[in-house]
Parts: sequence; C-alpha cells; structure tokens
Amino acid sequence: MKGGNIDWALAPAPESTGHIQLKDRYELFIGGKFVKSKGGNYFDSIDPSTEKAIAQVTEATKADVDRAVKAARTAYDKYWKDMPGKERAKYIYRIPRMMQEKARELAVIESMDGGKVIRESRDVDVPLAAAHFFYYAGWADKLEYAFPNRRPEPLGVAAQVIPWNFPLLMAAWKIAPALACGNTVVLKPAETTSLTALKLAEIIQEADLPPGVVNIITGHGSVGAALVEHPDVNKVAFTGSTAVGRHIQKAVAGTGKKVTLELGGKAANIIFEDATIDQAVEGIVNGIYFNQGHVCCAGSRLFVQESVHDEVIRKLKHRMDSLVLGSPLDKNTDIGAINSKDQLKTIKDYIAIGKKEGAEYYAPEIALPKKGYWCAPTLFTQVAQSNRIAQEEIFGPVLATQTFRTVSEVIQKANNTPYGLSAGVWTDKGSKIFNLTSEMRAGVVWANTYNKFDPTSPFGGYKESGFGREGGLHGLSAYLKV
Amino acid sequence: MVLSMIDLTTLEGMDTEGKVKQLCYKARHLHDATKGIPHVAAVCVYPDMVAIAKNELKGSDIGVASVATAFPSGHSSLELKLDDVRLAVEAGADEVDMVISRGRFHQGDYAYVYDEIAAVKEACGKARLKVILETGELGTFDKVRRASDISIAAGADFIKTSTGKIKPAATMPVTLVMLEAIRDHWFKTGEMVGMKPAGGISNAKLALHYLIMVKETLGDQWLDKDWFRFGASSLANDVLMQIMKQRTGAYQSKDYFSID
Amino acid sequence: MERLEVLKTYKLYIGGAFPRTESGRYYTPVNGKERLGNICLASRKDLRNAVVAARKAQPGWAGRTAYNRSQILYRIAEMLETRKAQFIDELEQQGSTKAAAKKEVIASVDRLIHYAGWCDKYQQIFSSVNPVASAHFNFSVLEPTGVVYAMASDDSALLGIVSIMAPVIAGGNSLILLAPEDRPLSAITLGEVIHASDVPGGVVNVLTGKKEELIGHAADHMDINAIAYCGDSAGVKKDLEERSVGNMKRIRIYDEDWKVAKAQGPYMIQDFCEVKTTWHPIERISSAGSSY
Repeated sequence: MKGGNIDWALAPAPESTGHIQLKDRYELFIGGKFVKSKGGNYFDSIDPSTEKAIAQVTEATKADVDRAVKAARTAYDKYWKDMPGKERAKYIYRIPRMMQEKARELAVIESMDGGKVIRESRDVDVPLAAAHFFYYAGWADKLEYAFPNRRPEPLGVAAQVIPWNFPLLMAAWKIAPALACGNTVVLKPAETTSLTALKLAEIIQEADLPPGVVNIITGHGSVGAALVEHPDVNKVAFTGSTAVGRHIQKAVAGTGKKVTLELGGKAANIIFEDATIDQAVEGIVNGIYFNQGHVCCAGSRLFVQESVHDEVIRKLKHRMDSLVLGSPLDKNTDIGAINSKDQLKTIKDYIAIGKKEGAEYYAPEIALPKKGYWCAPTLFTQVAQSNRIAQEEIFGPVLATQTFRTVSEVIQKANNTPYGLSAGVWTDKGSKIFNLTSEMRAGVVWANTYNKFDPTSPFGGYKESGFGREGGLHGLSAYLKV
Repeated sequence: MVLSMIDLTTLEGMDTEGKVKQLCYKARHLHDATKGIPHVAAVCVYPDMVAIAKNELKGSDIGVASVATAFPSGHSSLELKLDDVRLAVEAGADEVDMVISRGRFHQGDYAYVYDEIAAVKEACGKARLKVILETGELGTFDKVRRASDISIAAGADFIKTSTGKIKPAATMPVTLVMLEAIRDHWFKTGEMVGMKPAGGISNAKLALHYLIMVKETLGDQWLDKDWFRFGASSLANDVLMQIMKQRTGAYQSKDYFSID
Repeated sequence: MERLEVLKTYKLYIGGAFPRTESGRYYTPVNGKERLGNICLASRKDLRNAVVAARKAQPGWAGRTAYNRSQILYRIAEMLETRKAQFIDELEQQGSTKAAAKKEVIASVDRLIHYAGWCDKYQQIFSSVNPVASAHFNFSVLEPTGVVYAMASDDSALLGIVSIMAPVIAGGNSLILLAPEDRPLSAITLGEVIHASDVPGGVVNVLTGKKEELIGHAADHMDINAIAYCGDSAGVKKDLEERSVGNMKRIRIYDEDWKVAKAQGPYMIQDFCEVKTTWHPIERISSAGSSY
C-alpha cells in the first residue's frame, strides 16, 4: 500500500446539526418576553457558506428601541439596582452554566450563521463566552475591592452594539460586566449574525433573570444608531469599525453618556531572527487566518527581520498550502466562509489594490465552493509601509509583509499607524521581549503567541482603535461610577 | 494504512523463542477471519532473537528490526555497542534501532553523539538505521530539535521518539518537532528521512491524528511504511476493532481479536 | 411493622477515600440524650496520612487554572444546595433548630459561591507590577503556601467549616480539616459533597476527633506549611506559635462569628499565600530607564 498511489485527501467530517433547535422566525426580546415589533418587518439571516436563509429576524423600529430602553430602565429601578450583589451574582452565574449545557448547539448555530469554522466556535468562542460570564458573575458582590477608597455605583441602562466576527463572545463581553456592575442592558447584535444572541436571550429567559434586565433587539445599522442616541441611556458600548465608532462618538458628544469603543486595528506581528521560526510561523497563521482574518486584533502587518525573511516566507507558504478551506461545519476545515457578500467585495478590492501597488501576491491553489462567500488565505510580500494594504484594515485573510533590520526601526514602523489595538513579538530573548512590549503603542501585546484571550485579561486599544478595556479588573470601570 | 505501518514489538527481559515465534505469527496473520487486512511493516526484537524472527517471517515481506547499542540505556563502550549492531546485522536484521547517548548529549558532547551515530550507520551495512532520541529524557523541544538535526546529519534513515521503556513516550508535540526537522532537511537537500513515534499510541483515533500531522507537515509521500512507522503493540487490535465497527456498524469486544 | 432505617457509619475523608481511623478508636458525641454515632477518634497517624495525601495533591491543585478552581468551588455549592434537606436534618440532629439550620446551610452555600468568584480575581487585587528604578520588568504574585491544617470552630457544625475551607483551597492550597469535636457529622457529610464535586482527592481531608490530642502533632509536623485555628485561642496560642518554629509555619487565628456576612473575603485567601517577586531585564540599548 504505497502512499504515493492513493489520494489521501481528508474525508468529510461534518458536524451534525440535527440536534439544534432553531425557530423559523425570531421576535425581539424585551421585558423578559419575545415580543412582536409593531413594524412587522423581518429579514433573513443567511448562512454565508451556502447563501441559504436559516431563519428570519425582526427589523426593530424606533418605537421598539424605545420600548426596550423603557424595559431596561424599569428593570433597573425595580429589580436590579438595589439587589444585593451576591444575589445578582447568582443570577448571572446561571447563564454560563446553561451555556455550557447547550454548548454544542450554540457552536453549531454560530458557525451556520456567521461562516466561522466549527472548531473555533466549539473550542474558542463558546467556551470563552461562558467563561466571561462566569468570571464577571463573581465580581458582582466584590466591587469595592476593585477600587481602593471608592464606593462604585452602577450607571443605569447600557446600550450595546456588537459586530459579526465573534457574535456570541462579543455579547458576553458586553452583557457580563454590565450586569455584574448592576446595570441593565439593551443589546443589538450585528444584522448578519443575530442568532446566537437570540439563543442567549432564550437562556436568559430560562435562567429566570428579572424581566428587562437584558433586552435584545435586532436590525440593521439604524437600529443601533437609534439605540445609542436614545436619551434615557446612560452608557454606550460599541465594538465595530472605526468609521462607525467615530459616528457614535459624535452622536453622543455632550450628552454625558459614558462611552467605550473597541474599533479596528492593523496590528504589527514582528518576527526576529532569534525567534523559534516554526513556532512563529504557526503564530503568523493564527494571527491572520484564524476566523478568516475577521479579527480586529489580527496580525495583518507582518514584519520579518531581513536575515530570516526567506526562511520564514518559505515555511509560511508551505503551511498555507496545508490549510483546509471549506464548509464551516466540517471539522477538518481551517478557513471558513467570509461573513457576507459585502465583506468579500471589500477584501477582493484590497487584494486588487495590493496587486496594483506592485506587491508580490501568493495564495494556495484552492478550488472554492460554487455557492457561498470564500477567500483563500492570501499573502503579499515586498510590501512597504506606504502601501495601502499595509495601512488600511482589510478584515480578511490577507497578510502584508515587510522586512526590517533593527529593533528601533521595527518599533517605529509598528507604531507608525493611527491604530493601536494589538501587536505580536517573536523572539527567544526575554530582555528583547520586554523592550518591545514596553514600546508598542498597543493595548494588547502578545509575545511568542497570538490571539490569546481570557476573561481576566483586559482587552482594548490605543489611538483610533478605541478606548476602554474589556476583561479583567480593568473592564469593570466602564460600567461604574467610580 | 495504519496497520501496514505498525512495528509489532517485544522487548522484554523475559522474551523467549516461543514468544517471538507467536509474535511473528500475529504479524503475518492479524485477523484471518476478515478479508483484506494487510500485515504489519516489521517486528522489533532484541539482537539474539533476530535469527528466529527471520526464520518465522521467511517468504513474507515483513521486516525484522533489531534494537542494538546497549538498548535501552545506551551506556556501554562504543566497541561493545558496535558489536551489538554487527550481531544483529549478521543474524539478518533488515533494520537497526539504536539509542543516542543521552548522557553525553546532556553533557553538551554533541560531536560524540554525532560520531557515534555515524559509526553505527557504517556498521549497519545495508540495514536501515533508526535513531531513537528518547525524547522523554531530553526534556525540552529545543533539545529534541537539536537531537533530530544531529541524527539526520549523521545519517539516520529514520528518527524515532522513544524506547518505550519510560514515560513520557511519543507525544504529538514532540513528533511535530521531529517532523519539522525532517521537513527542513528535505527543503535543504531533497533527501527524505523517516519518522517513527513509539509508545503511547494505543488507539486508532490517535494514530489518525498523527497521520494527519505527517500529511500536513511533510506531505503524502511520507504516508508509506518506508517512511513512517508506529511503534505500538495494542494499537493493532484497536485498529482492527475500528475496521470491524466500520464494516459491521457494531462496537467490538477485545475477546474477538487475538492477543498474539 | 415500620420500615427499619439503615444507620450511617461516619468515617474519615482522606486522599479522596473514606477510611476508618487507623487507630480503630471511637468516641460518642451526644446531643442531649441522643448519641450522634460512634465517631472515628482520629490519631496522629491519621493526621500523618492526611498530610501525605494533602502534599501529594497540592501541586496538581495549584496547577489547575483559576477558572477551573472557580468552577469546582461553584460545583461544591451546587451539590450542597441540592442536598440542603439532608444537611438541615443533620444539623437538627446535632442540636440546631430547624430555622437556624436552614439559615446555616444557605449561608454556607452563599459563602462557597462568594469564594468561587474569588479564585480568578484575588490575584488581580494582590499582585503588582513594581516600577523599579532599573531596566527590569518586575512583578509580584501570590502563590499558595502549600498544606494547611485547620481546626474548625467548636460552635458551628457546617458554616465554620466552609468558612475556613473555601478560602484555603481557593488559593491553591490543600487542607486537613479537623471537625468540631462535639458536632462532627456535617464535616464528614460535607466530605461526601466535596467528593462529588470534582475536587481531586487529597485537596480536602477531614478528620474527626480531639483537638488537644492532635494539635501538638500538627504544630510539630515539619511538612505542614500553615495552621489555622478558629475560635478562642487563649489557652493554645503561645504553645502553637512556639512549637511551629520547627519549620516556620504560618499561624492564623480566626475568632469570628461566621454568621456575620462580612466574615469572608480575599484577605482570608491572602492569609494562606506567599508573595513571589520576579525580575527580568529589559534590553535597552539607548536608554537606561524602564517603562514598566
């Protein structure tokens, strides 16, 4: 039985979907119940790997937004703000326990709705989301320890708008700290990925949280705008593009609403000649191709020390060639579907720009499925700092590579961007790590690793990547009057 | 495929002629009750059992591998270790599994380790040489990588993780490091080197994980018994049970698969 | 005829198993006229065995993620909550009124939840990055002290035990707990709950017996890192502190009313931790300062 004569392509390993419970149509979750919008408008949530609709979701109206904020305010006044922290904690603890009970269903729906690979939904998104709730639940009765010499108070009603790249995880990042700190919430998920937020609403209902403590309303950008602009909201939290973030900042200027924004990034991922190269290559791949590059902190600007450039690129291409692109629900798949038609167009446009700018293009030969939105992992080399693909956020599996020669040069280039969300440093020399990490103007710095997240670890940006931190002790102040 | 890559092994102090004969029979007849089951790649025994194994396996293309060089510790004189190799080769061994001198390695005496492997390779003649790193004693991935590079440079045909006599034996991370060393050698020279994880792989699912790792790191040409082996004993029966489950749809019992 | 009940035999809880005392001895605590049972009178050898089990289990326990420890403590609370009726019953058996028993069990569950929530947070409050005046990254973190011997308060059968157990293990230590002499039943039954909660064997060990018989052996024991004494320490404090100098044990005395809501908190976790400070150079070719 010689290996050479047999096609050792991987057999399909599809995740079963028969066990999930998905309604045909979802109403809005307001005041502890699923209620119909008076507007009566619904839109399809599409599976980007098949272009098929998997459920219908409500387009909330301005009146619905108002209803939701009122429900949140009532719940705040009536049930939540005066509830002892230890009781609040126990309510919040129920959520992750139930999420863990339904983990598989949540992971499958997340992959179907957003195009994210099932191994990621199952092994990263859902467990982290549950862990986030579990961590913050424990803070509810301990807030005075987090702020020496202060008696922190909740803010009131929080308006939260989240993106489509980590739908359930972003919902957890927003809702958990808000509740732990004694606030009530109105959350709007992204329009292309509302389903896991709605399943979370079902869990919150099952956990018997007092009605109106969490409200989830769905719809397009205008719903989000109406929500953050609502006068009876005390706090605004947004994760998404810098462009929309600017818009929101403008809209709430002067209103006294407390704001936190988590926006885009164009992170530098820096490989030194004394890095463990094979490990660094895995880090590069994880940094930009994980979640199809739909990651705000993606390592999208690769800097390789010139002396090891050829070796790194050769190994990187070899590794890219073994990545499996395909159905997000297949357990073999590494690269899933691009989230939407629009996003695919944006990515393709940038690839064209990169080619036009004269960068050297590489992508493994992959037969893309006929239906769905797909982009092969893409590598540009011979890029300079002035190329648009090295400056602008692409939000796709496209990596732009530059060389550098010295430590001070790469520090300058890494920081030479309006963004400042994250950075990666690869070297075996400890003292070099701490030099680099202390100089990176970025909110999260990974040394000899990448894309690592934990509920205890604060996440957020410098400069145009936004302000405020999510996670850890530092994530509490966004939701409190300190 | 997994079955055809297994080296059935018996390396006990209490091995006898009878034990080796029974092992060889199993090697040729994994599960006669079922059609289409291949035989294993090789059997692995101590040097003084090689002749018996050769005799039992006459007419088949199952190889006889012999451990040598004061297996498993490697603590002896170079002279005696080379005599050990010659003993095995003269008795007809197709493959020789040597152990590197871990003590010398930890002392930093890399030149000694290299020279020893080269000398053993010479003594092997036509027999293929597997170099056992004993990764469980090396401690860190850096050391595994260094030992791999030294072994490949000195002429190893295969690099192998473990003697199977201590824990930890083969693990996926350690195997990946060794596969990367082989890959980098291939990038530089175009020469293929084989790899054998030994010990700790007792079920079919884990074996499949290893094969995927080989496929992704090295490519399909390595998915062949000439370039990849499993050093495992209970793996064979687990694979047989999985094959029967796939064919019949029913979960199997160990009672239906001979131990040897 | 009325159905005959099967009586429970109370044993010790050591290393994840329920052995009898190696000494074969027993004592008979009573509640008024009611005998509570033939309770194991733990010997110094039981204590010795428990320390061995605790030491074996401690590195693995400390090596778990804080999140994992958090979930396990939460699980203990879940298990205790669902066995409320049994514990209330047992407290009544030991002299509590029903109302007081109910309060005590609920308070114990809530206290476990409180500490479950501390496991992955106390580090953030008590650690620091220190701005040293040289190019070094310098950080201080808490680490568990190791094996702790705790004598529970005499006046509480359940809450007092939970109140000392939870902070000790939340910090990654392992524990040998001596139940209150006169009301030992809940401690052993709590061992059963702990056993069902994914707590690795040896992390919590429960002995029943006489405080005075064991205290000297504990104080002398060279492989116990800290001793916690709950209650009025007037008669024993001096001797305890003197005898502990053999291996410089940390001695912690708690004379608390555990029923008070504030008788809990991260300082109790810190009480059983050490501080480790690490330095690492920051490569500065051009300047001398440190930005951390």
